[in-house]
Amino acid sequence: MSKRTIEVELSTSGLDAQGRPQRVPLVTNDGGTAVALEPPPGIEPDLEGEHMLINIGPQHPATHGVLRLVLELDGETVVRCIPHIGYLHCGFEKIGEYRQYNQIICWTDREDYLNSIGNNVTFALGAERLFGIEITERCKVLRVIACELSRIMSHLVWLGTFCIDIGAFTPFLWAFQRREEIYRLIEKWVGARLTTTATRVGGMAADIPSGWMDGLRQFTRTFPHTLDEIDRVLTRNAIWVGRTVGLGVMTPEEAVNWGLSGPMLRASGVDYDVRKDFPYLDYETYDFDVPVGTNGDVYDRYLVRFEEMRQSVRILQQAADRLPDGPVNIDDPRIILPPKSKATSEMESMIHHFKVVMEGPRPPIGESYVANESPKGEKGYYMVSDGTAKPVRWRIRPPSFVNLAAIPKMVEGHLLSDVIAINASIDIVMGEIDR
Amino acid sequence: MSQFEVVQTGASAPGGPPVTQKNLPHRGGEANPSAKALQDKFRSAVTRVEVIWGETIVYVDPTAVHEAIRWLHNDPSQRYDFLSDVTAVEYRDAEIPIEVVWHLRSLPFRRFLRIKSQLEKGAPLEIDSVYDIYRAADWLERECYDMFGIRFVGHPDLRRLLMWESYKEGYPLRKDFPLRGRFSRSEQLRQALAQNPEARYSMEELTIADAFAELPEDMRERLNKGERTGE
Repeated sequence: MSKRTIEVELSTSGLDAQGRPQRVPLVTNDGGTAVALEPPPGIEPDLEGEHMLINIGPQHPATHGVLRLVLELDGETVVRCIPHIGYLHCGFEKIGEYRQYNQIICWTDREDYLNSIGNNVTFALGAERLFGIEITERCKVLRVIACELSRIMSHLVWLGTFCIDIGAFTPFLWAFQRREEIYRLIEKWVGARLTTTATRVGGMAADIPSGWMDGLRQFTRTFPHTLDEIDRVLTRNAIWVGRTVGLGVMTPEEAVNWGLSGPMLRASGVDYDVRKDFPYLDYETYDFDVPVGTNGDVYDRYLVRFEEMRQSVRILQQAADRLPDGPVNIDDPRIILPPKSKATSEMESMIHHFKVVMEGPRPPIGESYVANESPKGEKGYYMVSDGTAKPVRWRIRPPSFVNLAAIPKMVEGHLLSDVIAINASIDIVMGEIDR
Repeated sequence: MSQFEVVQTGASAPGGPPVTQKNLPHRGGEANPSAKALQDKFRSAVTRVEVIWGETIVYVDPTAVHEAIRWLHNDPSQRYDFLSDVTAVEYRDAEIPIEVVWHLRSLPFRRFLRIKSQLEKGAPLEIDSVYDIYRAADWLERECYDMFGIRFVGHPDLRRLLMWESYKEGYPLRKDFPLRGRFSRSEQLRQALAQNPEARYSMEELTIADAFAELPEDMRERLNKGERTGE
């Protein structure tokens, strides 16, 4: 079938006899990869064979930051795509080599800024493995809450901007309203909205204030209604289905080989989730499902991310129920700052405070790579220590960087307007890609 | 439209579902069985095996590392199908060679392995690319080249990635690179202002399409002389 089928489907309801969204067949070659249709002979003979070079970005709203794509077009079909990145490069990894471990945490906010609190947690986990620290039970549960809240927050931004890119405005407002509630919760907890710096090596910057859990429970109670509303306007919408189905297909083998992770990989039918396969923070004790797509296209990525938000709500509810009492930080004055009242009144605490701030905690010689299931995929921090208070090397494994590397593969053969949808489906954050 | 079969991770892994690792020893501890298999297979090319904080590190000779990773990827008893990361480490001690690091995951076996290869600083920094095994290596190796100057032999398109093509200050993540950059602020500003703002496309991009013919004569001349764009 030809590309034109999609346009025909637009005028239908977009549903099959069972009420499921219709899937429009892609044009595939013998190898199974999606290819563009040859234009029928005789149509527009003047333009035949003439290719156009088109530049999208870096300052373009649909590139979600400062991504620049140079596209070679044959008519409206993309023949070749050359991405350019690096416009936001600030050398985070270099700066990390000149900072103590606790000071690096505030840099982790600023790379994937939609998932800042999740990055804080990942970095703290990596540093704690390097120090050989076991954190407290309460801290684990608090960190799970932080991770899942930021997953919902990041997915809501993705959903809203994806809708805008495709031309749906209402879900954007609904998504951002709910996101604001999460920001209020985070602000009550750590005092900042975006740049949270919520964790410390060995614990958290702050325990949750009293009454905070009620706000979380209120959110987990009401948030699924918003999801239902968005689901109702989008999932079976004929325009939505027509703009997303069959685009940017990655087969499971390709997806694994190209290093995709997170919802991108799971939409292609590989159920790799770091929380399940290489668990951390006792994720194996939570009851949640990992949604997996079977078509590997933009629509399946949408479905997977959508379901992930519901699963995150499940995890949040379980975490709220089990939050144990007890200390948040480990009991080790060489690593954790003493409370301020003690630091100003007791000599010993003052010395500890001075040592931790001025010299910084020192890990033994060694290295650690800790990966976390961030909203974008496998986010890893690789740290190498030579026994001093500053890491020799701090490496960020950015999931959306590796996911974006596959964009030429995904867009080539599709129409120019589909490039926007495919790019939006990757869920990129340029702060993380360029670092 | 054809649907894919869902690929279950951990399909070949023994035991029940994995659990969070706790109380890892600093050194020692249980090594990944693949390390032993690599030693048996490649013998002298595997120079050292270490387990630090429960993560197995295999040091492989630079000449054999491509073959070792290919074997890990293809062998049915290993199946390291997922390349997490390619990066490099330079130590503050100038005596220690630069290490190139690959983080590999085996999704069917749920294993994680770190391969390291040491490059002496005197010799040219070159190592075989794993692009032909993992396409994920494309940008990861380009970034590593951009930041450390390590040439990945066999990579089809080894260009700078994060820094611009005409960047002349060297390789930022090397230890001899100062935190503020090699050039002074005024020199950096001068270079930025001297860049040709018209030339937004690289030579390669201009020649793939017909746009090159439509550029002004002087610009074509400059580009033909090899003047690189500032991106």
